[in-house]
Amino acid sequence: MSEGLINMAYIGATVLFILALSGLSNQETARRGNFYGMLGMGLALFATIFGVVQDNYVVMLLGLIVGGGIGWVLAKRVDMTQMPELVAILHSLVGLAAVLVGYATFADHEIGFTGVEKTIHDVEVYLGVLIGALTFSGSVIAFLKLSGRVGGKPLLLPARHWLNLVLLVLAIYFGNMFIDQSANGDGTLPLILMTIVALAFGVHMVMAIGGADMPVVVSMLNSYSGWAAAATGFMLSNDLLIVVGALVGSSGAILSYIMCRAMNRKFFSVIAGGFGGGEASTASGETVDQGEAISVEADEVTQMLNDAKEVMIIPGYGMAVAQAQHSVYELTKRLKDRGVNVRFGIHPVAGRMPGHMNVLLAEAKVPYDIVFEMDEINDDFRNIDVSIIIGANDIVNPAALDEPNSPIAGMPVLEAWNGKTTIVLKRSMATGYAGVENPLFFKENTRMLFGDAKETVDAVVSSLG
Amino acid sequence: MIIGVPKELHKGEKRVATTPEVVGHLQKLGFEVIVETGAGKAARFLDSAYKDAGVGIVKNASEIWLKADIVLKVRSPEEKEMAAVRKGQTLISFIQPAQNQALMTALSERGATVMAMESVPRISRAQKMDALSSMANIAGYRAVVEAAQHFGRFFTGQITAAGKIPPAKVLVIGAGVAGLSAIGAASSMGAIVRAFDTRPEVKDQVESLGGEFLMLDFEDEGGSGIGGYAKTMSDEFIATEMACFREQAKEVDIVITTALIPGRPAPELWMEDMVKSMQEGSVIVDLAAENGGNCKLTKADKVIQKHGVTIIGYTDMPSRLPTQASQLYATNLRHLLTDLCPEKDGNIIVNMEDEVIRGTTVINSGEITWPPPPPKLSAAPTKPAPAPAAVVKVVVEEKPTNVVMSWLPAAIGVVAMLGLGSVAPASFMSHFTVFVLACFIGYMVIWNVKPALHTPLMSVTNAISSIIVIGALLQISSDSGWIVFLSALAVLITSINIFGGFAVTQRMLAMFRR
Repeated sequence: MSEGLINMAYIGATVLFILALSGLSNQETARRGNFYGMLGMGLALFATIFGVVQDNYVVMLLGLIVGGGIGWVLAKRVDMTQMPELVAILHSLVGLAAVLVGYATFADHEIGFTGVEKTIHDVEVYLGVLIGALTFSGSVIAFLKLSGRVGGKPLLLPARHWLNLVLLVLAIYFGNMFIDQSANGDGTLPLILMTIVALAFGVHMVMAIGGADMPVVVSMLNSYSGWAAAATGFMLSNDLLIVVGALVGSSGAILSYIMCRAMNRKFFSVIAGGFGGGEASTASGETVDQGEAISVEADEVTQMLNDAKEVMIIPGYGMAVAQAQHSVYELTKRLKDRGVNVRFGIHPVAGRMPGHMNVLLAEAKVPYDIVFEMDEINDDFRNIDVSIIIGANDIVNPAALDEPNSPIAGMPVLEAWNGKTTIVLKRSMATGYAGVENPLFFKENTRMLFGDAKETVDAVVSSLG
Repeated sequence: MIIGVPKELHKGEKRVATTPEVVGHLQKLGFEVIVETGAGKAARFLDSAYKDAGVGIVKNASEIWLKADIVLKVRSPEEKEMAAVRKGQTLISFIQPAQNQALMTALSERGATVMAMESVPRISRAQKMDALSSMANIAGYRAVVEAAQHFGRFFTGQITAAGKIPPAKVLVIGAGVAGLSAIGAASSMGAIVRAFDTRPEVKDQVESLGGEFLMLDFEDEGGSGIGGYAKTMSDEFIATEMACFREQAKEVDIVITTALIPGRPAPELWMEDMVKSMQEGSVIVDLAAENGGNCKLTKADKVIQKHGVTIIGYTDMPSRLPTQASQLYATNLRHLLTDLCPEKDGNIIVNMEDEVIRGTTVINSGEITWPPPPPKLSAAPTKPAPAPAAVVKVVVEEKPTNVVMSWLPAAIGVVAMLGLGSVAPASFMSHFTVFVLACFIGYMVIWNVKPALHTPLMSVTNAISSIIVIGALLQISSDSGWIVFLSALAVLITSINIFGGFAVTQRMLAMFRR
């Protein structure tokens, strides 16, 4: 296959990838989009395997088949509630691959660059490995946190900002050393040292970020995995990699931005970590006499639902933890059969990654045309008879709007309290991730139904009859 | 302990202090409940229903007063009942301690403990036992129903084959609990509702119920924007208010006045000349009739016609909706008893340290404890004052940083680009062009992605970022075993990603259905 043909195939693949992403703009075209993505990947692989690879087919095929098999099984077996973990671990693989390709490129001395080109190539290799290593270790920690193997609490080392700075300075120092030594055909040691520094940096960065900031972290790592691919593209002078890396990188960056905006937080303050520490304690010190929350039993909730015409369900991470989505669907079905208008209101950061709640509800067969974004339904609450909040806290906290001193002040929230009645399903009165008291629980039209979300929803469903 | 509920003696009183539904909750608290026969009849709660709920039905009131440790009532006790009050007994009902000095003395002489439902402190924690609010809510609703009863037209506007029907115009004065309830009821019947209140902060509540808030053009005069209710309104303010009402009187069909401060004579808001200027057949419902009325012409407990306007002065609105009123009142009592009985063992503890119980208890074992010390201010009223100042501060502080922060990265970016451009070779520049353009395409495309599809987006971008496999494939044909090993490993893990990513995306997308 000629150079021109390969490049044509790559351009075709690029177009298909762009179509794949634009297909995701709505549910009808999304499946076709995914198909374009597969086609693009197939085309790129085909062109590369038949146009570039000349030897070692066995090893390559073995890698493709074994890897593909593992991936396939993972994809089939994973629970929808575990999606964040899966996405995180897959990100780590991209990062690792970038590191491996970077090392391989470095070890390959056949490409004879000289002068500035040599320096630029070395910088590209260096950056590719750096971003790759960072993505790898960060994603592994994110995976461990999401799967509960490491606690969700942010780990705050003393002087952590200084530590980050030291790591950054070290990375630059080794980079300089690497370029110097590489010019003389050496440089393995600084590259390895930098990889270790980058790995440590990734670990430290994600460890310092707490549970509810996970959507930002996951989308940020998504972005990094793209930049890693782009950097690899630069080092190999391959436009396909550059384009795809840039697409993925900007996609992840936009997601991070959307998530940060949904929490009214600065990207840097999320990355710097340590949310909910000092600020929260001052805030809780100020809260005086919140009043008393009114607790109800499942059958009283049933009573309220019996009289309701408009119901809004607001799921949060608690629903995912309790695996309550199927019970919630059962409830939805019963209510819809009675002619009740049931809708779902989804906050952008509900759950542990962007769109987490939508996927869970889709898994439970909740039709997507009754699932709405926060901005679409926030003005409708005044027509809502009963809002059911399942395992969510900070995303429905009126303090975000009312109390300028609250740590979550300014964060857009679902204004459930504007409805006639709000039922909060919760395990206890404990505060949410932000560590802020939720005045919603003490409003006179709020009722608390304590217990495991799945059990309580099941109880309501069975008493609805 | 035994809770006893006698039949109300007050003439025309149809409410009852407990309902069969609430009894169940009281029993869960460990109480035994007895009810006088026929006590709930007027409120449509039959003896049989009480019996089914496990209540002992007692033949006459004297037996109740004899047996019960706690007596629940609606109205303050009559002469006859006074004589039956025992030492050590607890009486919970409306008492009106301010107006009923004689009753208070008499009750304290009998050595009883008395809790007055109107003395429940108005703090957020006690809202669930605030019977005044429950009753005001009913009064507001009933006021609209009474008005409709005496009004000769529809509330809602219609266009029919027989002609066009204009909607009724309702003016509600005072947007407290009763006023808001009236606004809600009238607007849900289709009327055009306007509301007035001296406190501009209730505007949102009025509007949320479908009412239109009449704003006085008064803010700039002496800065009385936060003056509110507590201070006496300046003469100027009242003059503006009256002018506003005179204007409205010519237009509105129904006026519902709810301006009432308990224990004080009602302010006169609707003058005779306003009544005169109203259209023939209009209706005024004066919910302040008991304390003299917001309209001078109102006769308490009577419906009168004056200047062609029907003026309703009923003082027993809640009792005119006895089933609902009893249910809410009984629930208020139930919440109070829940607080009084923290151990849920059927014994009450009058804990005078508790702010709510302290406020409600007007006589403790014969000792008059009324009036209570002023309630500690809850957070709610103090908070709003500092809040706006803080908001302003935040905005002011943010501005200068924003300007710097928005220009600094751009400046650094430009410098870096120029620096790169001055040294980079041509081949790099062409790749860089592709890179920058691709970033923009990504930016454009991704903003169109629905938030609901963000998870599939992540998994699919994850799959396609495994295009890095190309990098590994480019090197797998190397002669160096080390490079082959690294490349093969990279191929392996990217394949996991490619297949896993696309497969899981497909699986997710297949689940999204209409």
